[in-house]
Amino acid sequence: MRKLVVIAAFAAAFVAGAAAAQTPAAAPIPGSVLAATCSGCHGTGGRSVAEIPSIYGKTETQIATAMLEFKNDRRPATVMNRHAKGFSDAEIAELSRYIAANWR
Amino acid sequence: MTATKLSRRAFTGTLLATTALSACAVQTAPAKAHVVVIGGGFGGATAAKFLRLEDPGIAVTMIEPKDAFVTCPFSNYVIAGFKRIDEITHSYAALTSVHGVRHVRDMAAAIDPAAKTVRTAGGQTFKYDKLVVSPGIDIRWGALEGYTEAAAERLPHAWAGGPQTLLLRRQLEAMPDGGVVALSLPGNPFRCPPGPYERISVIAHYLKANKPRSKILALDAKDAFSKQGLFQDGWNALYPGMIEWVPLGKDGRVVRVLADEMTLVSEFGERHRANVINVVPPQFAGRIARDAGLAATEGGMAGWCPVDPFTFESTRAKDIHVIGDASIAGAMPKSGFAANSQGKFVAKAIAAALNGRPTFAPVFANTCYSLLAPEYGISVADIFRATPQGIVAVQGAGGVSPRTPQDAAQHRLLEARYAYGWYSSTTREVWGA
Repeated sequence: MRKLVVIAAFAAAFVAGAAAAQTPAAAPIPGSVLAATCSGCHGTGGRSVAEIPSIYGKTETQIATAMLEFKNDRRPATVMNRHAKGFSDAEIAELSRYIAANWR
Repeated sequence: MTATKLSRRAFTGTLLATTALSACAVQTAPAKAHVVVIGGGFGGATAAKFLRLEDPGIAVTMIEPKDAFVTCPFSNYVIAGFKRIDEITHSYAALTSVHGVRHVRDMAAAIDPAAKTVRTAGGQTFKYDKLVVSPGIDIRWGALEGYTEAAAERLPHAWAGGPQTLLLRRQLEAMPDGGVVALSLPGNPFRCPPGPYERISVIAHYLKANKPRSKILALDAKDAFSKQGLFQDGWNALYPGMIEWVPLGKDGRVVRVLADEMTLVSEFGERHRANVINVVPPQFAGRIARDAGLAATEGGMAGWCPVDPFTFESTRAKDIHVIGDASIAGAMPKSGFAANSQGKFVAKAIAAALNGRPTFAPVFANTCYSLLAPEYGISVADIFRATPQGIVAVQGAGGVSPRTPQDAAQHRLLEARYAYGWYSSTTREVWGA
């Protein structure tokens, strides 16, 4: 059943073109799984080791604002604009909530 | 040596006795389940560590013969002389002492999916509830005629971090100015799609500074490659006239290696003699995965392991997850970043399953930075999702660095710094405390 929902979501997403990252409401990806895509560069728990900015200790609004601005090309970036476009606005909200609550 | 079959209860007892001695990894209750991880690279070490982070009640055994891992990412910079090998070598000490992963220094020799056991070359047997197989690649010796293990001692592949990396470095140092460095590059799929072109770039960086009359000849079995426009722009700007890339369509495919004559022979019989030859050879999934029947045996993906795109569970064996370079992961490249992303997801999914929690769909990321010079970086990045047909990159997201950014020099410098930053963060995430 979950897979069927996902198939439908993908069919819709491909039709919608650039707005491809629609996650089915019935099967939202948990914040911890979404946030796991961040830590490869920003460090486990958002604690970067070197040149890449850390993202721990931020508020939900700070993270969501940055992600949405990256997504909409309203904030200068090298790679974050390319990553942010991979997530729906609802996922960005969940990601931001999770990181603000857990990466202290 | 006689194989000793340990029951899970006996094994858990041993584990408790061992870990109770180390201050940070004391378990107060018997393990609720046992996960065995084969391989201690980006995929395996990540899965092992994150399983313990997800649920300290899960006992994790990592079977990996080496004491420390030398990464393939950043090994090009050792070859080019601006990183040392100790800077890309990562010990397993934190995984064992901080995270309570049991590291078995042995080679996984056989998997019995029915009995759910792994046997090692040293004769130990481990029973698992879930198995993660992350063995990386093996070289397909002989698939390129004349390219044998003996030939690789003279014409290094340097496609796994370690002695081969240093061998290629020494050969470049010994080469006279005005020499030719030739590379033989494989068809798809192979580990680290932009890796050969980054290697060409940073070897050129070394030669330009030290042996400026030298040339690089890259003979390729493909007509196109990762970040091609960005690489070629950079080569023209940084190393004009030094690099010749010969695609498949211009007889670039090498079909024979004549090691004694330091010669590569093309499909149409052209002979290319060089002072240093680096063969990036054809590859397939690490042996344990193929021997266990986890790899496809026919078709264009023969030798690689098919998995359920939603779970990375093998389509050929239950309770076995194959991650990293060995897996067929759709649009995801065979990269350390991808393996780390898969390792984290699989750890979460296995922990959920072992605790009776509901499953969830995955999302994966990849960013592959390449340096064309120590302060000139480019990248390709993507977000990936599962579909029933396989893993796909999200449309409208991802892609490569802009070819003509507003402040190009600053953009390339920033991406170079982020390349170093990525390496520092990710290697701590995989092997660190």
